[in-house]
Amino acid sequence: MESQPPQERSEQPTKEVPHVLVMKPPPLLTLFEDKFISTKFQLLKAWESTLPLDQFLTAYAGSVRAVLCSGASPITPHIIQLLPSLQLVVTASAGTNHIDLNECRRLGIAVTNAAGVFSDDAADAAVGLLIDVLRKISAAHRFVRHRLWPATGDYPLGSKLGGKRVGIVGLGSIGSAVAKRLEAFGCTVLYNSRKPKPWAPYPFYSNVHELAVDSDALVVCCGLTAETRHMINRQVMVALGKQGIIVNVARGAIIDEKQMVECLVHGEIGGAGLDVFENEPNVPKELLELDNVVLSPHRAVFTPEGFMAACDQVVANLEAFFEHKPLLSPLIDE
Amino acid sequence: MESIGVLLACPMNSYLEQQLDKRFKLYRFWTVPDKSSFLASHKDSIQAVVGNAAAGADAELIEALPKLEIVASFSVGLDKIDLTKCKEKGIRVTNTPDVLTEDVADLAIGLMLAVLRKLCESDRYVRSGKWKRGDYVLTTKFTGKKVGIIGLGRIGMAIAKRAEAFSCPISYYSRTEKPEIKYKYYPSVVELAAHCDILVVACPLTKETHHIINREVINAMGPKGVLINIGRGPHVDEPELVSALVERRLGGAGLDVFENEPYVPEELFGLDNVVLLPHVGSGTVETRQAMADLVIGNLEAHFQKKPLLTPVV
Repeated sequence: MESQPPQERSEQPTKEVPHVLVMKPPPLLTLFEDKFISTKFQLLKAWESTLPLDQFLTAYAGSVRAVLCSGASPITPHIIQLLPSLQLVVTASAGTNHIDLNECRRLGIAVTNAAGVFSDDAADAAVGLLIDVLRKISAAHRFVRHRLWPATGDYPLGSKLGGKRVGIVGLGSIGSAVAKRLEAFGCTVLYNSRKPKPWAPYPFYSNVHELAVDSDALVVCCGLTAETRHMINRQVMVALGKQGIIVNVARGAIIDEKQMVECLVHGEIGGAGLDVFENEPNVPKELLELDNVVLSPHRAVFTPEGFMAACDQVVANLEAFFEHKPLLSPLIDE
Repeated sequence: MESIGVLLACPMNSYLEQQLDKRFKLYRFWTVPDKSSFLASHKDSIQAVVGNAAAGADAELIEALPKLEIVASFSVGLDKIDLTKCKEKGIRVTNTPDVLTEDVADLAIGLMLAVLRKLCESDRYVRSGKWKRGDYVLTTKFTGKKVGIIGLGRIGMAIAKRAEAFSCPISYYSRTEKPEIKYKYYPSVVELAAHCDILVVACPLTKETHHIINREVINAMGPKGVLINIGRGPHVDEPELVSALVERRLGGAGLDVFENEPYVPEELFGLDNVVLLPHVGSGTVETRQAMADLVIGNLEAHFQKKPLLTPVV
């Protein structure tokens, strides 16, 4: 039985410093907790309580105005209902698919994400995965480590990156960082986005199927929404073709994973570089046997520099909020 | 030209072999039971040698082939050819520059990303079936890292251009400073090593550049430094490199070449900050075809008394 929320037992904070609710700690908080110490707010750590979440929120989160969330602690209408004073949702990620944005908009709850700070790392990982698949880097590294080079001789040839037509799905902060990098390799960049971007010098395709028809590779960089769920399906993959490569650093559910596995197993596409999956940490076991896929455990943005910049941005947004100043990275409706 | 004897030093590309077989009298050197007696009995028929990064034309072979007119290398590197001897005897030499520049540069960047972002290690981890929630491993950011290039020729410049797209500041060491180049020049490899995060070997292998990466350079790179070698194995003092990596005195390495290919020091197999490739720098279908066409083109030009396409000597 509890008489006080976990915070007050250990830290005896002053009543004036407002709480920021955290239901489950995002990786950022687990790895860099000391960066979240602020004079402007204190953390209300729901996960440290033995109470079930609903009860905890009812008991202690009635006056909470801000919540720090991540994929593991989605902001659903149900949760929002249990937070009557909620005015701000801060997510420690670029993705916002775990937040009911419509509900927040309806209730005038502001949302901020870690936009921009992860773009370089995500783009680097996307390009790294694309080169790896085309040039068989991870597969050849396995070949050498398994002592196969002396016996087997020359390793099978890969495919040249230069001159490839690469279709970027979603030309936001991450997609445009990918485009900039690929241009230096002599790739032709094409893209699909909800609307054409006036600043983008690349050919625009209004749907992902047409993009796939004209591309040698697709790099998925868009957000997961109702519209983009399973947007990359068998039809798109067949259009991409037998030599086609898919790289996904966005969200697993943008691709119909079951269909992708079938396409890979039957050689309907040439390969894939995947950092995300529909049901992490579960990965379809067929993929574990394929030499033309490169797999990564959702760590495209996991660098100390990226995380520290994200911490700074999260804290800055929270402090701005509590000081009644403009938020640094409010979600803009595009 | 079917009577012109061409000696192919080792297996390198089946398309090339096919084309050589079609146009010339092809001798496959590796299938011969006794090399010296073969050379003795065929010395008057062989007018051309086709070599690559593994085997070329050393002084001994050149001396054994009095009718040799041209050595065409299926590579851009010339370290397996005795150029001095060729010049002496008026033997022409060709290689395959430009067509493989992009692939090698792409691989250099691919290795940097694979090492820093632990792509191969991540792949291995997922394949092991051991991925579970809450396993947070941070890797090293690539964007903005200082890249130091040894040798700013075609491949070095192509690497620089790509790294710049990742906002990497570029510096270099070369035999002479290039005043028209905007990158920072260091007059020694040790100084370059001390001032960059990632050091790439992109120069030709010569007597001067043998073991250009030695203990002193490795020490200057430090425990966070990463070495990328897309040049030749002998550019690096391999035992020194291995002990530095095993003892964690060096941060990591991406290696496409080794001193004694296809043998790779096994102490490297267990390290998660090392990526090892079986000399695949130019190993794409597109590029190997272009290289083969260049070898054939050079041979035909020579025997038709036309200007060579990519002569070195």
